[in-house]
Amino acid sequence: MGIFPNIQSNLGDYVSDFVDFLDTTLDPLFDLIFFISSRIINGIEGLLLILPWWVFIFLIFLLGWYIKSVSSGILYGAFIFVIGTFGLWEEMMMTISIVLSAVIICLLIGIPLGILMSFSKGFSTIMRPILDAMQTMPSFVYLIPAIFFFGLGNVSAIFATLIYALPPVIRLTELAIRGVDPEVIESAQSFGSSRLQMLKKVQLPQALPTIMAGVNQTTMMALAMVVIASMVGAQGLGEQVLISINRIDIALGFEAGISIVFLAIIIDRVTGGIADKFQKHRGAK
Amino acid sequence: MTKKIQIEHVSKIFGPKPKSVIPMIKDGMSKAEILKKTNHTVGVYDASMEINEGEIFVIMGLSGSGKSTLIRCFNLLNKPTDGAIKVDGEDIVKYSGSELNHFRQNKIAMVFQHFGLFNHRTILGNVEYGLEIKDVPKEERQKIAQKNIDLVGLKGYGDKYPDELSGGMQQRVGLARALANDPDILLMDEPFSALDPLIRRDMQLELLDIQDRLKKTIIFITHDVNEAFKLGDRVAVMKDGKVEQVGTPEEIIEAPANDYISDFIRDIDRSKILQAEHVMTKPNALVSMKDGLNVAVKEMRENGISSVFVVDRGRHLKGIVTIDAAINGIKQKKTLADVLDTNITKASKDEYVSDIIPKALESKFPLAVVNEENKLEGLILRVHVLSGLVAEDIEESKEYHGYYQEKKTEE
Repeated sequence: MGIFPNIQSNLGDYVSDFVDFLDTTLDPLFDLIFFISSRIINGIEGLLLILPWWVFIFLIFLLGWYIKSVSSGILYGAFIFVIGTFGLWEEMMMTISIVLSAVIICLLIGIPLGILMSFSKGFSTIMRPILDAMQTMPSFVYLIPAIFFFGLGNVSAIFATLIYALPPVIRLTELAIRGVDPEVIESAQSFGSSRLQMLKKVQLPQALPTIMAGVNQTTMMALAMVVIASMVGAQGLGEQVLISINRIDIALGFEAGISIVFLAIIIDRVTGGIADKFQKHRGAK
Repeated sequence: MTKKIQIEHVSKIFGPKPKSVIPMIKDGMSKAEILKKTNHTVGVYDASMEINEGEIFVIMGLSGSGKSTLIRCFNLLNKPTDGAIKVDGEDIVKYSGSELNHFRQNKIAMVFQHFGLFNHRTILGNVEYGLEIKDVPKEERQKIAQKNIDLVGLKGYGDKYPDELSGGMQQRVGLARALANDPDILLMDEPFSALDPLIRRDMQLELLDIQDRLKKTIIFITHDVNEAFKLGDRVAVMKDGKVEQVGTPEEIIEAPANDYISDFIRDIDRSKILQAEHVMTKPNALVSMKDGLNVAVKEMRENGISSVFVVDRGRHLKGIVTIDAAINGIKQKKTLADVLDTNITKASKDEYVSDIIPKALESKFPLAVVNEENKLEGLILRVHVLSGLVAEDIEESKEYHGYYQEKKTEE
């Protein structure tokens, strides 16, 4: 029989020690991140909860109308109304604020990283395997260091979500900037554009439709992660799903589940629609 | 004419160690040998040329001949591996980054084969781009941009997007955008190749028209011989990265430097390049008004021709007399003036052969080439018109032979 010989490596232990080390030495940094993240989440949630329910539904309707059509607007408004009837209004708002916070932080980190990768081949070569690992590592694994650094709660959820949802926006930003028609780059150069002018006036605007596709993917992945992140104490719809599993409560499970589906549809159509709008005059090339 | 740009021994090599190839080029190794030995591609091979201020200089060659690589050296989109490019006497290859940007912003602009438009900007936004880069105030730059949009005939399209315009119109935007910066030098990289033939012809004429008004120094790339010879004041022919010949279209047609170039210009429409002065011959047999009919008959007999031009003392063309008319005239005791046929078809020296052909077909006499003062410069037989259209020397016909006799008859 093929039995593996008794050779042991302690890679896992080393990683664990490393995380311990980070936790103790970088404690002020994590405190800062914790502070900022929780302020962002609470800010967004506070803002969303100030709105009367019908104003929020009306805003969703307007958004749907602007991006797609009147019927889409009505459909999205109805989705939100239905979620309200499940008694999950506050949970939904919590989920939306966690997703939004995670996405905002993802973009703040991801787009500059993508730009750097498009400028430097060396940096791109280093980043690629890291991004691959981030995407393929089972998402539950991120939850453990998250608890270590930030304890149970929404900030941990955001941290885990960040690692999971960051790769698409980085990759697509790099791809988009590298993919700008070389003749357009040459023509910008031929007018004597500086590096910054080129990036601001030509490369980023040209790359925007593809970057928006990355934003769309990142948002969807963040939403998926929010459910998993309820295991480290994220509140909202994911928490309800987790509770329903523990209680084997089919009714609650279905309601919370379908609410997430509704949110996913709306978020996907809205971010996708924005991408299409940018695409309008940049189609052919 | 002042020299605007001087290119001195410019080479552009692509590969991991381009500099290492330069000695081989100085030893005269061929492009193919260098590729085989070092795996480096030679884009431009030791090119030297001078471009005069205000001319349209065409660089012509097939794809892969290095013409697009060379034109990109003029604004350093490609930095030459070796050699110097002097614009107004300054070597631009030595420029620092900010000097280069300043040079590109003010002296030189480029029009691209596939237009290279910014499709996220309106037409106005595209045309004002070069000025925006230079921090020209918004109001001023939009005024200049609008003026150039009008110049290329796109008035009223300023707030459209490039994808709403046809190919020809898009290239007009490309041209307006380049002109908006008011550069001395305009680089045009196969600007009309992506357009269909009718639009291309319009754009060519319009370019000539704009050039008449603005007098830029234009460097124009094309693979189309007819386009090159139609637009170019001078033409450079490139092959395998080397400049094979530089000259005016007429010089190249009349004396191709090698077989490659003669092959290249074989299918050109010569009638649109050659002018009357290129196909005419000097009249050797001429009769003066005072000579009389007998001299006329003698001239025609000696030269074996059936008609002869009659001029006055100042070589001004008076008419033509045929052998039949002259002999009848002698019998009837008439003077030369009586039998003179003044119904002659004339052409001027700079008329294109394509315009002369129909005249030559209608006229029963040879065509007279005259200057503005009606002074006879030369004559064109039908056979000369045809000879202009074929590259090889023509067989001498009897009629032709007659006019070539070395017989001095001028007074």
